[in-house]
Amino acid sequence: MAITRDDVLHVARLARLELSDEEVERFGGQLSAILDAVGKVSELDLDDVPPTSHPLDLVNVFGEDVPRPCLSREEALANAPDPEDGFFGVPPV
Amino acid sequence: MIDTLRITAEEAMGLLERREVSPAELRRAYLDAIAERNPELHAYLTVTADSPGDSVPIAFKDVVSTKGVETTAGSKILKGYVPVFDSTVAARCKDAGLSLLGKTNMDEFAMGSSTENSAFGPSHNPWDTDRVPGGSSGGSAAAVAGGLAPWALGSDTGGSIKQPAALCGIVGLRPTYGTVSRYGIVAFASSLDQIGPLTRTVRDCALLYRIVSGRDPCDTTTVELPLPVEIPEVEDLKGLRIGVPRELNEAEGIEPGVGVAVENAIELARSLGAEIGACELPRSVEFGMPCYYLIAPAEASSNLARYDGVRYGLRSDVEGGLTELYERTRHDGFGDEPKRRIMLGTYALSAGYYEAYYGQAQKVRTVISREFAAAFERFDVLVSPTSPTVAFRLGEKTANPLAMYLADVLTIPPNMAGLPSLSIPCGLSDGLPVGLQLIGPQFSENTLFRAAHALERAIGFDTVPERLR
Repeated sequence: MAITRDDVLHVARLARLELSDEEVERFGGQLSAILDAVGKVSELDLDDVPPTSHPLDLVNVFGEDVPRPCLSREEALANAPDPEDGFFGVPPV
Repeated sequence: MIDTLRITAEEAMGLLERREVSPAELRRAYLDAIAERNPELHAYLTVTADSPGDSVPIAFKDVVSTKGVETTAGSKILKGYVPVFDSTVAARCKDAGLSLLGKTNMDEFAMGSSTENSAFGPSHNPWDTDRVPGGSSGGSAAAVAGGLAPWALGSDTGGSIKQPAALCGIVGLRPTYGTVSRYGIVAFASSLDQIGPLTRTVRDCALLYRIVSGRDPCDTTTVELPLPVEIPEVEDLKGLRIGVPRELNEAEGIEPGVGVAVENAIELARSLGAEIGACELPRSVEFGMPCYYLIAPAEASSNLARYDGVRYGLRSDVEGGLTELYERTRHDGFGDEPKRRIMLGTYALSAGYYEAYYGQAQKVRTVISREFAAAFERFDVLVSPTSPTVAFRLGEKTANPLAMYLADVLTIPPNMAGLPSLSIPCGLSDGLPVGLQLIGPQFSENTLFRAAHALERAIGFDTVPERLR
């Protein structure tokens, strides 16, 4: 399956990923080859087979609602690249 | 004098208990070995000179959050990130008295089979430094095989513990999904990621699994083990039914020398009393790889959305607003493989393609689980090569992502079904280690340990790389 340049740019935008022209070119070709290989899954007729989203049969795991210590504001901001007045700083939205 | 290339973690514990060495002397021996050989192996990204603990030391793959110690997941986007909390496995190791030797190298975000995708340069195989140690837990495998740690933790999504263990001639366990907490582990593909031990012996593997396993309230995908972990002692295989799945043992690309070493191990198992029989997994191998390379990238594209330059990690300087900041930071911070997988996963999840790709792959996953379940009606354990090849040369597969993906073709199928599987060294091919993969039903780790221990004793593999003997 051939991935067009527009496909690559569309997906990159969905993923909030800037790509250089060289990357668009290179990843486009590689993604086409990979999609050809993984597209093999469509060869199987699996209409009656349920999907597996999780390998264990766990449903609705609940925890006790018990308060416990959490990160302080200083700890939460310790790795922030641009903390500002006790908040995460970002450019204008 | 402690020979870090030969001593097992269990033996080191014995020395400590008998007070023949102190914890500090033991640590010093490993730190000396690291100073001597890490420059050529590049197994560690960070070495922790000081770390408390009165038992044996340990190394963690750099995907394990360690409070106060840089944790990068092999990525430039996390360079300088210092966790403010411990992962549950790090806390459990601390509670058991294991001091930290350091954080080991890995393919970026655990995406790869050679460590060549690390943003900080590849690790090298202690058996031949021109070759890769496997991946993505290649740094942990090289550290243990090269005598730079008695044992280590790694993570395994498609084969990232088993394959490097095989390529470096050591033991590696990917446990049953849900038996080891992922709280504080840098996430890759959450329905597949598991944490597990890389060790020099099967008994060490069981000892470390005992320390890290069990339910964790902070990770709701974990469960309590149905039975306590047993440290294996029995040295025969009487009564054990071993299945040899045709597709896993005759897959295209298995090197002849690898096939021979595995066949010899199977014959040895027979002589130890195991019943050996052939079986089939008709679609698990053929469709396992395609299934994995849809599900794992899809989940990765979601998990890696958190790296946006806002709360932690790299932030690029950019003119413009928040979207430009996200896009540029992710462009600058991620290497090629995460970018490829984010793109692939986003594509597979996008409108119009979801059902054909991700949805269909989830159904294939059910098919694979059913095939294994059928095989386990007749057998206790299934065996195959862990990796189709021995350690390959650095650079050999980097130009072709698909060729690299095939390194995991034999480890992926059991992973898709959430099964435990373990790799032990079973011989040499061209002077390089060959791994034997043992696969069991969910929660059958004790059976795997027993089988692997008996085989390990009978095989008598010398885990010290020939060039270091």
